[in-house]
Amino acid sequence: MQSTNLSISQPTRLLSSQDRLSRMRRSIKRNAAPYLFLAPFLIVFLAFMVFPLLYALRLSLFRTRIIGGTTFVGLENYGRAFMDSDFWDGIRNVLTFGAIQIPIMLGLALVFALLLDSGTIRRLTIFRLGFFLPFAVPSVVAALLWGYLYGQSFGPLAQIAHAFGLPPPPAFLLTAAGIIPALANISTWQYTGYNMLILYAALQAIPRELYEVARVDGASDWHIATRIRIPLIMPALFLTIIFSIIGTLQLFNEPQVLRVLAPGVINLHFTPNYYVYTLAFQNRQFDYSAAIAFSLAIVTAILSSLVLFLTFRREENS
Amino acid sequence: MKAEVQSPTRVRSRLDLGGGTSHLFLIIFLVYFLIPLVWLVLASTKTNAGLFSSFVFWFDKEFNFFTNLKDLFARDNGAFSLWIKNTAIYAVGASVGSAIISALAGYAFAEYRFAGRGLLFGIVLASVFVPATVFAVPLFFLASQTGLTNSLWAVILPAFANPFGVYLMRIYTEQAVPQDLVDAARVDGAGELRIFATIVSRLIAPGFVTVLLFAFVGAWNNYFLPLLVLAKSELYPLTVGLAYWNSLSILPGESQVLYSLVITGSVVAIVPVMIVFLFLQRYWQGGLTLGSVRG
Repeated sequence: MQSTNLSISQPTRLLSSQDRLSRMRRSIKRNAAPYLFLAPFLIVFLAFMVFPLLYALRLSLFRTRIIGGTTFVGLENYGRAFMDSDFWDGIRNVLTFGAIQIPIMLGLALVFALLLDSGTIRRLTIFRLGFFLPFAVPSVVAALLWGYLYGQSFGPLAQIAHAFGLPPPPAFLLTAAGIIPALANISTWQYTGYNMLILYAALQAIPRELYEVARVDGASDWHIATRIRIPLIMPALFLTIIFSIIGTLQLFNEPQVLRVLAPGVINLHFTPNYYVYTLAFQNRQFDYSAAIAFSLAIVTAILSSLVLFLTFRREENS
Repeated sequence: MKAEVQSPTRVRSRLDLGGGTSHLFLIIFLVYFLIPLVWLVLASTKTNAGLFSSFVFWFDKEFNFFTNLKDLFARDNGAFSLWIKNTAIYAVGASVGSAIISALAGYAFAEYRFAGRGLLFGIVLASVFVPATVFAVPLFFLASQTGLTNSLWAVILPAFANPFGVYLMRIYTEQAVPQDLVDAARVDGAGELRIFATIVSRLIAPGFVTVLLFAFVGAWNNYFLPLLVLAKSELYPLTVGLAYWNSLSILPGESQVLYSLVITGSVVAIVPVMIVFLFLQRYWQGGLTLGSVRG
């Protein structure tokens, strides 16, 4: 296509052999160009993503024993993972976490985005920046920070009790019942603003005339929000849902940091990712840990495609 | 704002009625998002004793920030300054490298029709959805087999593969680089590489900064990969170092000293990222717009 453009722009005459040669050379160069531009990325992509992935896959099909060495065991590690209650405990924890945290976070993000986009909010920048600021905080620092705030030693709760001469309250958020809400709060604090901005950006792209037309037709603000604005940003909303699911299933940093404060509540297989880490770096069971990592990827893929499937079915129905 | 001005007064008055409640609602959440950071900054100005005795949401009598800072950098023979240096090298190296590589690849996808283009882009997109854990354990293996665990390259090099960056750069290039301009340059006899270096690179600069920014923050805040692959504490980035000190703080006799070090260290760790975000607002918002609207 591009070469036709070029030949049209050149005067139509018989090409000398030298011309033809230089044209040919240029066309070879142009055909090679995309691969040259891609080469650096392809090299790092193969070396640091594709190769590790295949390596992990191979690892997961072997088992190393102290006696007997490394043997090919096929899907045995996956069978073991399937029956491993420690793995499913972790899955249950992250699913419980996600069931609480994702709707709250994205619900808030959506409401904030709709409000900020409505054109009625003064000092917009303060809210936009302020809500987004926790995203810039490393999750390790966020976990440390909230760990202190939850904690018994010098958190606000402890201080209020101290002020009234009471003994420090039990750190109820760092108990078996409170730990999931405690973690959910940290993630909500960190990522609501980020998701809000994605949705806000999508809302800003909607032509304002649509609202005017709807208002003339007598639609209320509520109707405009639920029938026009939200449906139009569905692609962005689903993007945030899928990324939230992936992030949730990979939960690691916050529980790993909080475990210091609540070792009795957060065990070494508290999330699947934590289990992978424990298996690999404490138990040195690299083959089995690779199988757990892949099992997690499979669960992630199933859940993500389930969300996509439900989405498309609903869109077809409506 | 414009929409509000243009809309009929009837609608405006109704919206304003709800405006008070909306503002209150947003202000409550603004407090929720900011108060932990305010607490952190206040806590970094207190002595260890002050942490326990003074009011949580105000300064102590004694302003101890600079003493804390001095103690922070003195601890473990200046480990903290090493961690800052490591984090800076890691974040700058990872972001510059991945942004350049992504810009080149994004341009290839946007500008050329070549064999395997669709399939390749599909694979790149799909890799965005693979959990990072799957790569982490084998990356540790590869690093230990090649001796990279003793070097920051073990975390910098994997960051060069940034599929989301490639995706963003492709979309940005398609929007920002007019095809006519590239064609005209070709007619003038410019080579492909020269077209990219002199014309395209200038047009895609804002997209480049966006990818650079997100990669920088991603590396600066990364914890999982450095925790796994870096063997020595002299190579730790800030996140791993702070978590390490925090894990020591539960040991008997240690807690008193380490609390305020971890708190002050946390403040120091978040300041650069905050500055980067505040000064480059335009760019991260551009990135979010690209990622969502077209995504």
